[in-house]
Order: sequence, then C-alpha cells, then structure tokens
Amino acid sequence: MTDLADLTVTGAAAGLRAGEFSSVDLLEAVHRRAAMTEANLHAYLSIDRDGAARAAVGADSAFKSNTDLGLLQGIPVALKDNMVTRGLETTCSSKILAGYLPPYDGTAVSRLREGGAVIFGKTNLDEFAMGSSTENSAYGPSRNPWDPERVPGGSSGGSAAAVAAGSALVGFGSDTGGSIRQPAALCGIVGMKPTYGLVSRYGLIAFASSLDQIGPLTRTVEDSVAALEVVGGYDPADSTSYPGDVPDYRAGLESGVAGLRVGVVSELNGEGIDPEVQAGVDQCIAGLEQAGASIVELSLPSIEYALSAYYLIAPAECSANLARFDGVRYGLRRRGETVEEMMSTTRADGFGPEVIRRILLGTYALSAGYYDAFYGQAQRVRTLIIQDFQAAYEQADVLVSPTSPTTAFQLGDRTQDPLSMYLSDVCTIPSNMSGDPAISVPIGLDGAGLPIGFQVMAPALGEPLMFRVAAEVERQAGFEARATHATSEVVT
Amino acid sequence: MAYYYHCRLMPVDIDIGKVARLARLALSEDELNRYRQQCEVVLEHAARVQALPTDGVTGTSHPLPRTNAFRDDIVTECLDREEVLAQAPERDGDYFLVPRILDEQ
Amino acid sequence: MTYEPVIGIETHVELTTESKMFCGCAVGFGAPPNTNVCPVCLGLPGALPVVNGRAVEFAMAIGLALNCSIAHQSVFSRKNYFYPDMPKNYQISQYDEPLCIGGYLDVQTGSETRRIGITRVHMEEDTGKSIHVGEGGRISAASHSLIDFNRAGVPLMEVVSEPDIRSAEEARAFVAELRGAVLRLGVSDAKLEEGSMRFDANVSLRPKGTEPFGTKVEVKNMNSLRSLQRALEHEIDRQAALLEAGDSVLQETRHWDEAAGTTLGMRSKEEAFDYRYFPEPDLVPVEVDDAWRDRVGEAIPELPAQARARYLEMGLDPTAAGLISRDVAFGAVFEDAVAAGGVSQTVANWLTGEVTALLRRSETPLASSPIDGAALAELSGMVDAGRLSASAAKDVLAGVVAGEGNPAEVARARDLVQVSDIAALEPIIDEVLAGNEEAVGKLRRGDDKVIGFLIGQVMRASGGKADPAVVRGIIKDRVS
Repeated sequence: MTDLADLTVTGAAAGLRAGEFSSVDLLEAVHRRAAMTEANLHAYLSIDRDGAARAAVGADSAFKSNTDLGLLQGIPVALKDNMVTRGLETTCSSKILAGYLPPYDGTAVSRLREGGAVIFGKTNLDEFAMGSSTENSAYGPSRNPWDPERVPGGSSGGSAAAVAAGSALVGFGSDTGGSIRQPAALCGIVGMKPTYGLVSRYGLIAFASSLDQIGPLTRTVEDSVAALEVVGGYDPADSTSYPGDVPDYRAGLESGVAGLRVGVVSELNGEGIDPEVQAGVDQCIAGLEQAGASIVELSLPSIEYALSAYYLIAPAECSANLARFDGVRYGLRRRGETVEEMMSTTRADGFGPEVIRRILLGTYALSAGYYDAFYGQAQRVRTLIIQDFQAAYEQADVLVSPTSPTTAFQLGDRTQDPLSMYLSDVCTIPSNMSGDPAISVPIGLDGAGLPIGFQVMAPALGEPLMFRVAAEVERQAGFEARATHATSEVVT
Repeated sequence: MAYYYHCRLMPVDIDIGKVARLARLALSEDELNRYRQQCEVVLEHAARVQALPTDGVTGTSHPLPRTNAFRDDIVTECLDREEVLAQAPERDGDYFLVPRILDEQ
Repeated sequence: MTYEPVIGIETHVELTTESKMFCGCAVGFGAPPNTNVCPVCLGLPGALPVVNGRAVEFAMAIGLALNCSIAHQSVFSRKNYFYPDMPKNYQISQYDEPLCIGGYLDVQTGSETRRIGITRVHMEEDTGKSIHVGEGGRISAASHSLIDFNRAGVPLMEVVSEPDIRSAEEARAFVAELRGAVLRLGVSDAKLEEGSMRFDANVSLRPKGTEPFGTKVEVKNMNSLRSLQRALEHEIDRQAALLEAGDSVLQETRHWDEAAGTTLGMRSKEEAFDYRYFPEPDLVPVEVDDAWRDRVGEAIPELPAQARARYLEMGLDPTAAGLISRDVAFGAVFEDAVAAGGVSQTVANWLTGEVTALLRRSETPLASSPIDGAALAELSGMVDAGRLSASAAKDVLAGVVAGEGNPAEVARARDLVQVSDIAALEPIIDEVLAGNEEAVGKLRRGDDKVIGFLIGQVMRASGGKADPAVVRGIIKDRVS
C-alpha cells in the first residue's frame, strides 16, 4: 500500500470519506515522513505537534458526525512562515520576528481552519519572501528533495520542499515575483499564483503589496484547484480583494485543449533559457498542438522591462512595508540611547543582507528627486506591460513559457551575485506585474534528474482556462517521478 | 533576456549614508560601501525602464482596478491588551516603553 | 518699514465617527491605554486597512461646507517617516489627489468680513500618544517615553488654508469660524484642549504693498484660540524685529511655549522632510459621483457664516449676529423668539447680554435651560408693553432659568408686574408730591430735572412696580 504521506489531496480526501484511514493516521504518516526528511531538507521552521493533533482529532470527529467542511478537511497543510497564525510563532525567516506570536489569524489561515485543515507547521522562506532560493533565511537554507546540494527555489522553498518530500500534502506560499511557481518548478510540483485579489492578503506579512498573492503548492493540478477553493474568495478585510464571485475552477479540467489558442511568448522562450529546459517546454507545446490547440507565436515587447520595473516597485513597497519592524511593539529590540538609535540598530541587526539591500533600493527609488525617474517610471512601465498582456490575450487564450530559466541550482551558486539570482524570476515576474494568474506544472526531468516546470498564464480571473490547459499539460507529461530524498533515509 | 547583461547601463550614484538614515538602518562604513556598490549595480539595470517612452501613460498602482472599498462605521472587537503587550520588547504597565525621543516630527 | 503678515493655517480635526479610519476599533477619549487597538491600528505584520465610509462622508461634508469641489477620484498615499507612536512608520494620508480642493471660508473680524481661501481638505489617520517620562514631561529632557496607541488610526481631516490671513486676530477668527462650521456639521467635537482640533500656522512677513512672500516659519503647539493669537503676534514681532535689524528669517519649525510666551526653534534634520510619498497599494481610490456628492451636500445644515449673513439681513448688529450665529442653540432660540413675535435686535440683546450672563453663572448650557424662543419673545414683549421694568425683567429671567415657569407666571408669582393703572398710582403720587414741596416748586418754575427725583420716589413707594412712563405723565398733569 502507498505511504499515506504520498497521497494527493484529492486521493486522501476520498480515503478519509471512505473511512479507509483517519486524519490522525494521515498526520502520523506525515510526521514519520518529516522525521525522515527534515534533518536533510529543513523545509520547516516549526511544526505544531499539539495544534495539528487537535485539528486532526477534530477533523475525524467531524467526519464521524457526517460534517463535511470541504476537501482539505483532515489534510496536513504546510504554511509559509509569512502567513500569520494566532499563537503560533511567525517569523518570516527573519531574526527581527524571532519568537513573535501573532494575536490573530490571517484570512487564508482562518479559512483553512474553518475548512478543517490540519496546520502541520510553518515552512522556511527567503527572509520576508525576498529571494529565489530560500538561502536568505535567518534560520538556514532549505534544500531540494531531488538533490540536497541544490536549492528548492524560493521564496516559498520550504513549502515546495515539504510537498515534494511528503512532509505535507499541500503547502501554501506567497508569490510576489514567482515565489510559488519557481520553487514548485524546481521541486517538481504544481504551484499557482491566483489573480491578484482572488485570495485575501489579510494576514500575509507584506513584501510588495501590489504584487503579493497567496497560492497553493500541490502535487497535482486538481489539488491546486481544491486548495484554491478553500482559501479564495472575497474578503472585506482586504480592500484589494476581488469582490465578485469566484469562477468555477473545475469547469474545464477534463475538457482538453482542442480549439484553444496557446500563445508562446518569444521574450520568455529561447534566449537565456537553459536548452534542456527549453527542449522540455517545446515538447510540451508540441503536445498541446497535437491535442488540438493552435500555437501562436507572439511578442510582448514591454516585458523585457518587467524585471527592471519589478526591482523598483517591489523594493519601494517593501521599504514602507518593513518600516513597522522597529523594536517598539513586537519582535527584536536592540539597545539604544535614543529611540532613533534603538530602531536603527534593531533593524540593522534584525534584517538580513538581502532585505537590507531591498529596503535601501526602495528607499532610494522613492526619495525626493528620484521618484519620477524610478518608481513613477516603473509604474508607467507596468501599465505598458498590462497593455501588452491585454493585446496578447486578443490573440491567444493562454500564454506559455518555462517557469524558470534553469532547473535547481547549487546552494551558494548565486548568493554572491544578486542580479543572477534576480534573473531566476524573469519568466514569472510579468504575471505579478499584470496581476494575472499563472501556474507551473512539472513536465519532466533534465539530464541531471532535476524537474522542469512549464508555466501557463491566463488573463485576470482566467483560472478555469489556466487550470484546463495545466491539466492537459499534466496528463501529457505524465510526470510521476518522486523526489529521491522524499523516501530515502537521512543523508548527513 | 540575456541582454540584461549587455544593455547600455546608466550610472547611478547613491548617497547611501542618507538613504540608510532615512530607512533607520545603522550600518558600518564597510557595510555602507558594499550595499552602495550592490544597489548601484541593480539600479543601473533597473534604470533601463527610463529607456521606454511613457508619455501620456498613467502609472499602475493596482493590478486589479477597483474603487470605493469601504467599511461600515461599526465598532468591532479589539485585541486583548495583555496578548498585545506580551509581544512588546519592553513595557511599563499598560504602555509600550521606548528610549527617549530626541527630535519631534 | 511696515510689514504685512502672510499667514496660512493647517487645521487637523479628529472626526467623531464610531470607529477608526481604517479599522473597527472604537474612537473615544479616555479609554484605558492600549485597549482600543487591533492588528490594523497597531500595525501588526499582515494587517490591512479598509476605509471607513462614513469618515469619507464627514470629510466631504466639511469640504462642501468650505465651498470646495469634491474630486471625482481621490487617492490615499503613504507618508513615510519613523516615529515610535506611528505604528507602521508611515502615515496613510492623501497627498497629490485629495478629496476636496479649492474652497473658501468667510471670516469676520470686528465688522469686517474677509474671504480666506481653502487649498484642500484631505483625510488621514492620527498617531498614538507618547508620554515623556522624567523632567516634567518635556520631550528633550525625558529619560524614556510611554506609548498608548488608542488614538492611532483615529480619522483625521486636514484643512489647509491659502496664505490669505493677514493678522493674528484674523487667524484666530478663521479657526473659530472653522470650528463653528465643524461643530455645526456634527463631524467632530473639535475640543482644543483634548486635541481633537489642532492647528499649525505658516507665517511670513513682507513689506506692505509688495507681492512676493517672505521666508515662512511653521509655528506649532498652540492649543487654544488665545494661544494661537498670542503665538502669531509673538512670531510676527520676532520676524519683524529680525527684518528691521537687517537679518533674515530662517525657514524652520518653531514651537510655541505657552508659559514662556515665546516660540522656540526645533532641531530638525534635513532628511526628516523626505516623506517618500507613494500611492498606498493596500487601498483603492475613492470615487465620488455627483449623486453621492449631492446627497452629502443636501444634508448639510446652515453654517455659521450663512446664518450670520441672514441675521444681518434681519437687522441685527454685526456683533450680535456673530455671537448668535456661532452657536447652534442660540441661533435656534433666537429664531424661535423672532418667529413668536419678538423684535429681532431686542431678542438678540437679551440673548447676548443677560441670558448669556445668567447661563454662565448657573453653568447651564442654553439647550438644557428652560429658556426657549417663546419665553424670550414673551419677556421682551412684556418689557416693550411696559408691563415689566428693565430691572424687573432681569429678575423674571432669573426665575425662568430657575424653572419657576414662563415669564408671565414668574412675574406674577414674584409680584413684578408694573403698575400702570392710573387709579392705583394716583394716591401714591399724591402722597409723594405732598411730601416733597420743594421739588414740586422747582418743577413748577420749569426745572425739569427734578422730575426724575420725584419719579424715583414714586417707584420706591410702589416697591418698584410703578410704570415710570405712566408716573411721569401723572406728575406732569398734577404740577402744570
């Protein structure tokens, strides 16, 4: 029999309802798996033994009384540690929040709890979600379950590694420039960034407010749908929440792609993409064509500037968002004669180098005399990017590209060169700029046995179409490989 | 995308000390120098946005257009003071305590 | 040289909504420290603001009352600076796209009315409060500070005037007028001593008759109308002395020290002014269509300036019109009294004179005293009809305030109705004339001055109830 820790959400949900096993059984299996993998992978910053046990018992008793709270009822879930959980340490992988116990739950977390999910633990991330490798964590890096010498991607690397390794059935992360999709690609799982506003940001510790979006990391496209159904939907506590009804994500899952127009974005394919990655992506595009889709080559000229604009907008917003970490109300405090000195030493000690770098960048980009040339211009470029996407969606129903230019890279490879790290997100950033949904689906392994991710982008609220194409990609790829370090013994 | 490395760069000169003070970051001279160099590299690439003509283009602050997201004027429950103050690095009774404030805003 | 002051005033008004600007915490003065706080107003990680719709309407009402146009779209921004009682270390405020733009307020000083331009009215959030511990609470000498975040996030509205004000007295009148308008709208309690209305002034001088502005100084920390006027008078004198001596005025912020009666320069750092405003990504724009604007506009009551203009048309002198228009309750009683047949100026004199004095003595607000328009009309009518002497009327009024009944009842009960019945008066008068032959003789010889003495004797003999006019007539009859 399969290890319960290797089940999909959909499979586990069916088993729970059929009484084949209990949520407590499922939780035990995940604990066993974590015990095997954690020393190696360091996907988690904290595991909530007691809370998870209570939640599992609660889910089981709900099942017994025929209360169905939804597909995540009784399912062990990993939460990126920038999602606020009441009474459960929430650090953002930063020293500045060490020991911080939030007095409230974020909206997505509340919806998970109400949906009977078992919150297993908080996962590692690049500090304040700034990074693409999970190496920028004050608590040490996470590692890739396919090769522990390699990064799991980031910033939601902990959640991606946990789901790939089986120490959670589903994970949640946040995606500001690719932080869900890129680690999903590098870890061989499905990661999706919903339309901006579809999942409430209330209780997500902000990195860049106009770009951040919570989304699921799962083993299958169908699981992605199931997870989004639980956390998505209007939240009056988030003014940027989409106030309409959510679309029916499932509608096209089985419909195939016949008759759909699939756009291949020239700026995101080819040059600069690892040849093996591009070959995998091209094969996948050919498969979609065979399945009846028409392939459209198209160009979005302004997305050449997306990365540049992103590295002005995201740091600018982050410089304000992270101003609240000042040693007054919570978190770290360093001594200081005056309040200014206290704040300045607290912040310099509490934040890691990448965070400091981005705060400095953003502060500069907003400062008097530079605003219009930097931040203001980046916002105008953002408008042009959105217009380019709108034009592209006149010609194509979805757009496709590699998720990441490369497969998982070695730890330490890019830490000395911020720009090379930033280039990891070149294919994912455009969707954050436009606010549109995008998903990464694993399609195969490269020569080194590392997973390749395929990205499907759709217009705002085009999740049904995006899932429909992603499901077809998934069927064709038939990607069933298991991360080598998911089940093997601890390597030390 | 390879041209991120090849494109014409615009030199950027940052008064890093002033920026660090504005951001309340107490950094050593060495650190300031290092950050200045790194930020200048990133900003030189980011400054490429200036090459794109944007006359008459309105900037985007929100990816999803929405207006008038209002709350009714209704009082809701507040947090428990003890739970809040328990997180304070330093407190005095029912207050948060901070070192003396030098200049007033 | 003669200098002309150029003054602009920025006024912050806390709105009396039920809940805060961006969260559901209660707004209120005097709650125990750090009890009206939640993740949003404490700036906890992950919390997000949502705009209080009523605060927008309140700000809109003020804008409309100040004759501003309402922006079709306005936007919140982040104003970035670090301060320990500002939880997020940025203030959510409106910057380049405020809610209300370009209005005016008519301000009366003495009998002159001047129109002061309003640049803008915008919405923002208040900060928490710091208590400076040690050395008498002075910030500079404190050993540490304690912070209460109850006030953090309370809706604030900022009214920015054009630099149209030309004297300290006019500045005071402007703020008083603005306060009256805000109170009339019911959008703030505008208590200066509790800080729910605060103001800063920008002051510069220029040679009289010239156009260009001088270097401006921002004066802060005035917490009463009186201190505003004093601070500005002092600052104007200070700048004039500098200019006279050939020195230049430094552009700076100065603190008004009420006890010392001077303004003091504050240390400030250059970068403290780089607020790095940018549009608040956690909030969406406020869009006001004509229908919404009109709905708010229609609900606006008559404002002090409008009432004053109307009272002037009704024939009141400017002082009385100013006094009565400033207070809603006085205006209501005045108008009721006139409607009940009272003569406007007479009623106004009663209100601004004896009524005000009596209420002040008894520490009763007009609204909760028994004095209403009908009573005032009745009282002034009795005086005009000669049924009450001026001094008796004051007694009657006191009786009304004391709750003894309406003026007629009080006058009867206190036996103060004037005797103007000739038959009743003649015996008293005859007695007085008989007892003052010398005075009667003088009167006969044409010395009219003594008649006052004789009337006074009659008044005394009648216990003050005789109607002096009637008495005078009878005496003249008898003597001629």
